[in-house]
Amino acid sequence: MSTPTVSTSPEPASPTEPPPSRLRPRDVARVGGAGLRTRPLRVFLSALGIAIGIAAMISVVGISSSSRADLDRRLAALGTNLLTVAPGNTLAGGTATLPAESVAMIRRIGPVEQVTATGTVPDAKVYRSDRIPAEESGGLAVLASSLDLPRAVRATLADGAWLNAATARYPAVVLGSTAARRLGIGAAGPDVQVYLGGRWFTVVGLLAPVALAPELDSAALVGWSAATAHLGFDGHPTTVYTRTKDSAVEAVQAVLAATANPQAPNEVKVSRPSDALAARQATDRAFTGLLLGLGAVALLVGGVGVANTMVISVLERRAEIGLRRSLGATRRHILLQFLAESLLLSALGGAGGVVVGIGVTTVYAATQSWEAVVPAWATAGGMGATLLIGVVAGLYPAIRAARLSPTTALATA
Amino acid sequence: MLAIVGPSGSGKSTMLHLIGTLDRPSAGTVRVEGHDVARLSDRRLSALRAHRIGFVFQQFHLAPGRTAVDNVADGLLYTGAPVRERRDRAAETLVRVGLGDRLGHLPHEMSGGERQRVAIARAVVGEPALLLADEPTGSLDSASGAGVMELLRDLHSAGTSVVVITHDRDIAAGLPRQVAMRDGEVVR
Repeated sequence: MSTPTVSTSPEPASPTEPPPSRLRPRDVARVGGAGLRTRPLRVFLSALGIAIGIAAMISVVGISSSSRADLDRRLAALGTNLLTVAPGNTLAGGTATLPAESVAMIRRIGPVEQVTATGTVPDAKVYRSDRIPAEESGGLAVLASSLDLPRAVRATLADGAWLNAATARYPAVVLGSTAARRLGIGAAGPDVQVYLGGRWFTVVGLLAPVALAPELDSAALVGWSAATAHLGFDGHPTTVYTRTKDSAVEAVQAVLAATANPQAPNEVKVSRPSDALAARQATDRAFTGLLLGLGAVALLVGGVGVANTMVISVLERRAEIGLRRSLGATRRHILLQFLAESLLLSALGGAGGVVVGIGVTTVYAATQSWEAVVPAWATAGGMGATLLIGVVAGLYPAIRAARLSPTTALATA
Repeated sequence: MLAIVGPSGSGKSTMLHLIGTLDRPSAGTVRVEGHDVARLSDRRLSALRAHRIGFVFQQFHLAPGRTAVDNVADGLLYTGAPVRERRDRAAETLVRVGLGDRLGHLPHEMSGGERQRVAIARAVVGEPALLLADEPTGSLDSASGAGVMELLRDLHSAGTSVVVITHDRDIAAGLPRQVAMRDGEVVR
């Protein structure tokens, strides 16, 4: 029989210190992963909770960034140097008018590169034919238009041609995109006519939607001279479009009102349409915040799912915990094992969620023909939030596992 | 080699847990290698278990989805040995307990006696000075049980102190020294 190492005698034998228990960091990961591999369905379901939350947040951020990036690109293409001048209200509350010579005066401002104008023809309405009742005007405006309008507002033609010096004198009309749709006109041509202001006008062209001047979409545009000759147009412009040197937009904006109507600058409204587009984007941002909040709630619920899975896992694996303690695991090793398991579980969900989120963004951006943009901070933030959730959700179960006394753990097996 | 024998509820498992430093005494002193168990920190107790004490349980406690080698290698997990060394030594130990042809088998592919041999291999892979076996034959038929006892005797003759807990007087009688327990007291 070998020397008994268990002694109940009071005098201590010379204590030989065994080296401390040690668990290599790689083994921590390995042990944590082993716990997951044996229960794939449960791991999948609880990781799914996290994945849904992360995917929701990533795709919300991705879609709104993609749309913003697209707008930025569009604004860069359209230019942010378009300023419009329109009559406001008189002090008495009536509708003001711009002087007929305002276009010429604005053209004299140094940094202004282009000036063009449209004028509302107040009493003219446009109809598909003379059989349409007068009140069914479809909300379409008839505008007298300068010939250089498309260049200034970057309008392009969907069909036909723009007015020229000849057609501007005759009953010829170019329809905005909405106006064309409402009138049921799909193509321009010499035999396509609309009934405008009590006589037939030939549709010579159709405009594509104009991003910076959406008011043109629902308008029927006729030549300045034709409007004066046939429609009783008074010659006062109602919107003056100017293109300015990019560096001088603010300076020009400041003097436009006084230049357009020196007698009553307060009766002039000056605006910058690109600002309006940017402002619409800002209201979208509030909506994005709301969706992001919903994603965060989903993520939180996912975290609760992970915590639940970990609690159950600890309960089920008491025997394993007891065995590991008998193999020399310290409390810390047990704690680390379950923390690692929880971290891996949520990291799995987080990675899946990032992939799904990027996929959703890509597909959605493709349907909108945008370029998909998922900011790196969103991906990093999503993974960070995931890891945080993994630690928080795993901490309590892991502490419970570590506190379990080895004998109770083994006894419940 | 020692048998702790007694009917169920006699406190023999508690005795084993005290010897194995899994539990601390509420009164009295337990010394293992000269260390007072009650006064050692969790870290130092764990170190003792990792390097000096091996456990064998009635229910084997093998990890279900892992091969015999991996299960045995876990016996060295908390010594901080690299995984390669753990697996090499695990394979050697499996050969030593007569399972050289079962290295890659999963627990459910093996018989009860083989599983208990894997568990014993896991307990002795770290070459502990003391092997504690809690009803090692309790879940086995008598032929496999005899084989397991034979293995424990071999390990003992190779220099390991072996303590076997059993309620089976025949098994106890086959061991050189018996401690009988009843109602929490050592009676003989």
